[in-house]
Amino acid sequence: MNTGIVVFPGTWSDRDCAHAVGEVLGQPACYVDHREENLDDLDLVILPGGFSYGDYLRCGAIARFAPVMEAVTDFANRGGLVLGICNGFQILQEARLLPGALLRNASCEFRCEWVNLRVEQSESAFTLDCRPGQVLRIPISHGEGNFFADPQTLDAIERNRQVVFRYCAPDGRVTAESNPNGSLSNIAGIANARGNVVGMMPHPERACEDLLGGSDGLAVFRSAIHALARVAV
Amino acid sequence: MTYRAEVFVTLKPVVNDPAGLTIKGGLHALGFDSVIDVRSGKYLVVTLDAADEGEARVRVEAMTGQLLANAVIEDYRIELQQESLTLSPSPAGGGGQGGGPS
Repeated sequence: MNTGIVVFPGTWSDRDCAHAVGEVLGQPACYVDHREENLDDLDLVILPGGFSYGDYLRCGAIARFAPVMEAVTDFANRGGLVLGICNGFQILQEARLLPGALLRNASCEFRCEWVNLRVEQSESAFTLDCRPGQVLRIPISHGEGNFFADPQTLDAIERNRQVVFRYCAPDGRVTAESNPNGSLSNIAGIANARGNVVGMMPHPERACEDLLGGSDGLAVFRSAIHALARVAV
Repeated sequence: MTYRAEVFVTLKPVVNDPAGLTIKGGLHALGFDSVIDVRSGKYLVVTLDAADEGEARVRVEAMTGQLLANAVIEDYRIELQQESLTLSPSPAGGGGQGGGPS
């Protein structure tokens, strides 16, 4: 799985992603500069977390006009696998590759903690290895992860089964107490209709080794490997 | 001509504004009990060259739609006025600014 990790000015999780994909999973991974216009050799593009362009104006608003984003859009439209994590999720929404928006956390606090995620569907390229209802323990680290969409859009997302992860209690129950940021319907991650583009606020790359407190995040990256193998067959 | 556009970007009424709610709480704590609601937003001042006011408005609308506001969550209002020469931030003389696009 040739993985390209996009680096914008202000990206901070690029090395964590490279470590998870390259060192832990042993897959070829490279960094992709924000000025790059060619992604032809890649199977997976990751937009990592961070504060691209200082989060000025809105999180992800400036990054979406970086030259690489035109290439990412073409790549996604051709069926390439794209994973946006945290700030990457915000960028994908600003680029209209995913619906909705991410508002300031309802608490107005930056939240950095482990959360539980219920896998809502296993058809997306990044949940293929999971079973619906499975609970993954993965950390969040954000101040603006409060998922919002207007009622019609939210209805469409739910109807098309585009919700991939919801914040939940350890036993999988979706409760108000387990929602760390006020997201509508506890939404933590969504896919596009085709399932090849996923955005999520939690950081799977920070949960790939027991030494770091857990390895549930591996399921996200292993699913991508299997999604590619499925296409290749 | 040089124009000065003031762009007011606010969250749509249906979008929760936790910053506004927190500020309202702060005002109540200070004893301003009459405060019913506070909504927060962004204020941007864009200075631009354009042939006339109509062209300036079209350009500011376009840049606001593309970048300055996110239509998924935000509304905006634009106030446009011709930049007065005496208040112009451009350095006088020297010809450094040139003439705007024709």
